[in-house]
Amino acid sequence: MEGTDMTFSETGPGLVYREALEAGRFQIQHCKNCGRHVFYPRVLCNHCGATALEWVVASGRATVYSTTVVRRKPDAGGDINIVLVDLEEGVRMMSRVEGLAPEQVRIGMAVTARIVADAGQPLVVFVAAQEAP
Amino acid sequence: MTLDELRGSVAIVGIGQAGLGEARGRTEMEILAEAACKAVADAGLTMQDIDGIATASVGATMWPLPVAEYLGIRPKSVDGTMLGGSSFVTHMMSAALALHAGLCNAVLVCYGSTQRTSTIGRKEIAQMRPLVDPQPYEYPYQPAMPVTAYALAAARHMHQYGTTREQLAEVAVAARKWAQLNPEAMMRDPLTIADVLGARMVADPLGVRDCCLVTDGAGAYVMVRADRARDLAQKPVFMLGNASATWHRQISAMPDLTQTAALESGQRAFAMAGLGPADMDVVELYDAFTINPILFLEDLGFCAKGEGGAYVAGGAIAPGGRLPVNTNGGGLSCVHPGMYGMFITIEAVRQLRGDCGARQVAGAQTALVHGNGGTLAGQATAVLGTEATL
Repeated sequence: MEGTDMTFSETGPGLVYREALEAGRFQIQHCKNCGRHVFYPRVLCNHCGATALEWVVASGRATVYSTTVVRRKPDAGGDINIVLVDLEEGVRMMSRVEGLAPEQVRIGMAVTARIVADAGQPLVVFVAAQEAP
Repeated sequence: MTLDELRGSVAIVGIGQAGLGEARGRTEMEILAEAACKAVADAGLTMQDIDGIATASVGATMWPLPVAEYLGIRPKSVDGTMLGGSSFVTHMMSAALALHAGLCNAVLVCYGSTQRTSTIGRKEIAQMRPLVDPQPYEYPYQPAMPVTAYALAAARHMHQYGTTREQLAEVAVAARKWAQLNPEAMMRDPLTIADVLGARMVADPLGVRDCCLVTDGAGAYVMVRADRARDLAQKPVFMLGNASATWHRQISAMPDLTQTAALESGQRAFAMAGLGPADMDVVELYDAFTINPILFLEDLGFCAKGEGGAYVAGGAIAPGGRLPVNTNGGGLSCVHPGMYGMFITIEAVRQLRGDCGARQVAGAQTALVHGNGGTLAGQATAVLGTEATL
């Protein structure tokens, strides 16, 4: 019966997520019980508690929910943008929008995901939708 | 036991503070113990009367152990709940439950921080945090927490409801005007809306005057059952309601950045007290950033959602305004040693004792204390009152 199978993967969902990013795939979880998506990667659905989660490739289409510019001295890396974006699938994540000055990012802006290398790790960032290849 | 039985069954009978501002040359444990000694003495008790403890630390995870050891007590009830800065408002409920159940007879709630002057200060703790408290879906973006979270909430509130930077600045200016009436406050120079708007930006739309102070400081309060409270040294301040709520930890997991779990904690605390926002004589809201009181005034029911900016405009929460909010000068202008929930509680007790001098709210019988922890995450509301409110 759905939700009673307590067999968990040997590889935790956090590692599955990172390994997929390293392979160039941005994937999130989908709950087979309640039908909603889950982010960040979890062992159970944070909406309904079921453990019947499957991986799906994210559309990458998102809207900026909020944005700020973290003001830093140039020797501390300079100003950076931080956003919360709502993915088309209905989940929210922190990220940054690249390809624009940090203060040009606007709430409501349509953005598209990209996987970049950041400090040697794959990281999901966003670019303005019209600039996406 | 029901919440009705718990209402008014316990009281805060002693308070103490130490090392406010800068406590150079003293450790956080030393100023915590000074505040604890003052609170116990204020109650007319001795440290050996304390048989329950609640405390939390920004750094040490087993903090109740060294605190009890240092104070030389053997508590029968221990609470180390750590929800960020609201912890000491949350501790009030566990202390009440422990007292009511007869687990213990006198609970000391205490906190100290030397984040401003210690060699291991705010910066070092911020560097350690990703290692001991991992948030792998936020930290890689270098979000400069906690200010970034509050900036994101402020930006969203402005977008959704038309709240302005001037309205945010009203919160800082009101706090400063209260601080000018409080000799203990750290920042007492005049402050204008233009000063706040012109200050160095930290994380848009928040400038440095939209952000709380970074200070040292320690505080403590003592709670006993109501029957005993009446025989002690001070006018008791009764706990009429108390509730905590948490809906997220990371700002990216907060369902709606304009709606905090203060909605839930406030409703439950008011229901327990049998009172509502209109019954509150004085209001102490955790103002880590200027957006906080705006969110909490809305979520706690003092105004409708989205109207907090208009509510605070025109000096409405400053001395002489429509609602006395953050009467000590707040975390913005009085004191903010990392976790400020202790100090809003102490200020509410002082107001209800009538001990606040130039900033005293005349005839205050009820006080609302609202603590905030982490990134708008740990919300805790307490309703306090004098004997007349029982």
